[in-house]
Amino acid sequence: MLRGVLGKTFRLAGYTIQYGCIAHCVFEYVGGVVMCSGPSMEPTIQNADIVFAENLSRHFYGIQRGDIVIAKSPSDPKSNICKRVIGLEGDKMLTSSSSSFFKSHSYVPTGHVWLEGDNLQNSTDSRYYGPIPYGLIRGRIFFKIWPLSDFGFLRDSPNGHRFSDD
Amino acid sequence: MAPAQGWARRYIKAFCKGFFVAVPVAVTFLDRVACVARVEGASMQPSLNPGGSHSSDVVLLNHWKVRNLEVRRGDIVSLVTMGHKNRYVKVPRGHIWVEGDHHGHSFDSNSFGPVSLGLLHALATHILWPPERWQRLQSMLPPERLPVQSEDQ
Repeated sequence: MLRGVLGKTFRLAGYTIQYGCIAHCVFEYVGGVVMCSGPSMEPTIQNADIVFAENLSRHFYGIQRGDIVIAKSPSDPKSNICKRVIGLEGDKMLTSSSSSFFKSHSYVPTGHVWLEGDNLQNSTDSRYYGPIPYGLIRGRIFFKIWPLSDFGFLRDSPNGHRFSDD
Repeated sequence: MAPAQGWARRYIKAFCKGFFVAVPVAVTFLDRVACVARVEGASMQPSLNPGGSHSSDVVLLNHWKVRNLEVRRGDIVSLVTMGHKNRYVKVPRGHIWVEGDHHGHSFDSNSFGPVSLGLLHALATHILWPPERWQRLQSMLPPERLPVQSEDQ
């Protein structure tokens, strides 16, 4: 009787470990479903939307300008942020607000990216904490699952960034 | 014939079953718990690699201990590379690549990239002081830093 229960417990533990490891490998190297919170990417991604993120692009250095990425937050490494890539390494970024008279620029250093939320008035992004290292990027968001009224691939930036393809 | 085919099919089935258990578990262990790595270079001497390139240390990289991102001053840590796309860089025409001799302890082209030749203003040729170190500086390229491919070849 006890042997039966013990055997079943071990088998259950074994299956848990195996499927947990498979889940880790899938989330780490392929992709997964993510729920976003916060207003910084409106109207492209609203609060409590569910999106699909893929992790293949960052391993193959395929992140491009205009991609929406999930990254570890530079101010709180245990939480994630969800922003759009506006500049890659070497790009010249406008750091002063577009309305000020004296415009200041800075270059994105090697190994870094410049992120901005689509909701420019309500987004803490690289305009606040500067460019972030490429290694903080966890994955690329490319598809929205929920709400069903907005099902499909994500739109381009509403802020009129024109990215030249080089 | 039939028993042999049955044997092969059962073998393949067992192999796949083992494969899909072993690979995810091993990958998860190496990503989340610990893995080993060989230390390259002299930037951590004398703690790591005191023997230079003759005997490289092998260290245990402990992921489990930093799962809560808690480190203390003095800990030796391993960092994700900043994500440089290329290990190799092509130095453009009219530019030079400069490096300090103490690789890793030097703010040089590894940090700011190739330098335009127009910025070159002098060559250091001699050590003048202290008198016991009077010498002519030799032009020397460390063999491990030779260009992978150069135009004069």
